[in-house]
Amino acid sequence: MYSEKVMDHFSNPRNVGEIADANAVGTVGNAKCGDIMKIYMKIENDIIVDVKFKTFGCGAAVATSSMATELVKGKTVDEALQLTNKAVVEALEGLPPAKLHCSVLAEEAIKAAIQDYYEKSGIEKKIECSGDCAHCHAHHE
Amino acid sequence: MIYLDNAATTKMKDSVVSAMMPYFTETFGNASSTYTSAGQAARKALSEAREKVANAISADSKEIFFTSGGSEADNWAIKGVALKNKDKGNHIITTTIEHHAVLHTCEFLEKQGFKVTYVPVDEFGMVNPDDIEKAITDETILVSVMFANNEIGTINPIAKIGKICREKGVYFHTDAVQATGAVPIDVKEMNIDLLSMSAHKFHGPKGVGALYIRKGVKIENLIHGGAQEFGRRATTENVAGIVGMAQALTEAIENMEEKTAKIVKLRDKIIDGILETVPYTRLNGHRTERLPNNTSFCFRYIEGESLLLSLDMMGYVTSSGSACTSGSLDPSHVLLGIGLPHEIAHGSMRASLSEFTTEEEVDSFIKAVGPIVQRLRDMSPLYEGVER
Repeated sequence: MYSEKVMDHFSNPRNVGEIADANAVGTVGNAKCGDIMKIYMKIENDIIVDVKFKTFGCGAAVATSSMATELVKGKTVDEALQLTNKAVVEALEGLPPAKLHCSVLAEEAIKAAIQDYYEKSGIEKKIECSGDCAHCHAHHE
Repeated sequence: MIYLDNAATTKMKDSVVSAMMPYFTETFGNASSTYTSAGQAARKALSEAREKVANAISADSKEIFFTSGGSEADNWAIKGVALKNKDKGNHIITTTIEHHAVLHTCEFLEKQGFKVTYVPVDEFGMVNPDDIEKAITDETILVSVMFANNEIGTINPIAKIGKICREKGVYFHTDAVQATGAVPIDVKEMNIDLLSMSAHKFHGPKGVGALYIRKGVKIENLIHGGAQEFGRRATTENVAGIVGMAQALTEAIENMEEKTAKIVKLRDKIIDGILETVPYTRLNGHRTERLPNNTSFCFRYIEGESLLLSLDMMGYVTSSGSACTSGSLDPSHVLLGIGLPHEIAHGSMRASLSEFTTEEEVDSFIKAVGPIVQRLRDMSPLYEGVER
């Protein structure tokens, strides 16, 4: 059973789509496991002025992507990096235990996009991930 | 609500409810209270019901044993035969796409020292009888092959497998939970030794099923206690449930050909309609050798639970074999068993009909699926760059 908030974000997901001139793109998950999240960001003066997502996955995967993009929109990069999967779950008024990994994926997707931004803008910073490689599958060293 | 999840469970017929009602409030005696009039009335209803269920599959009424459902029947058949015949051998043969009631029972027996061969199926989910024959050894005591698959609807060549098992002197069990009441079954002609069925799959009540055990089959009891079910299964008989099951099965096999023709026409309309209107879609299971009420598809680039939820929000009740509906990371073992890669198996949907399904419902459903699939594809990163 999903909360009303999850169903709301699943049926009317916020920020779906692509950003043509995105300067940060992150993809996590893989098709084999049934979840892929791709986050596009437009970052100007260290602020996430626009964010969009595309997700292949279950209801919780769509809802967590939607909520995560809402939570980082208009925030600074450093603020966005503070986003935890727990905050996404709380904002969605809970997730079934079997679906908690979707929130981890959403957090990782945001981080993967920002890591991409660092790399594209020549910023030498490495973001630490949750270490949940079995779900995330983001390409990094 | 347009209900297309009849492989999960069915609506009880009013006539079945009416047949059951007196056994809750008037004829409520314990069927094992042999010397009271209340007990005798219940006992009479029980034996009439047993007769009806036996007739439906060409069995003798002494070969029908009522259970709490299909899973108990499967557990009893497999564990009961294994335990009673272990001096003869310790080998069991089944397939990779059985229901979990069979698979998990076999896995349990493996832990107890039995050896199990899981015969693979072809791309349609069909078992090749030759593969069963080749797997039989001197140690084999039981072959268990489902009559028809619950997810993809493929019907197995049961009579051929039955003949092989009989010739080799190996017991043959079939999980016929989806097939009973849907296709003709003759346990004698098909050389079936044990057969599981469940009432709620054919418009009967939940919580009641039966195991057919051919006379002479050596089998251990599973539920110990009183002397109910000819001393083979303890527990006070669920008389109302059993009466309901018999009534539902009797009605299911009445004019079966006529009803099947109508359901098959609607089934094929869904199959053709969806394959024609939704690109990058495949039908799972055999095109013709399938249950009259089953349709199963995989839609590329999307995930099944999202589709199930979206359809449900619009009033269409279906099911999915995606990982997300099962709580594990792997999609259905049946879809993997027919050779589908994970990413395709994740996008599955099953729509299963009943005799109550109307052409209007089917038309409305076909129209609804395409746009919902498209909406999810537009949201999917896997669909980027795919030709529309």
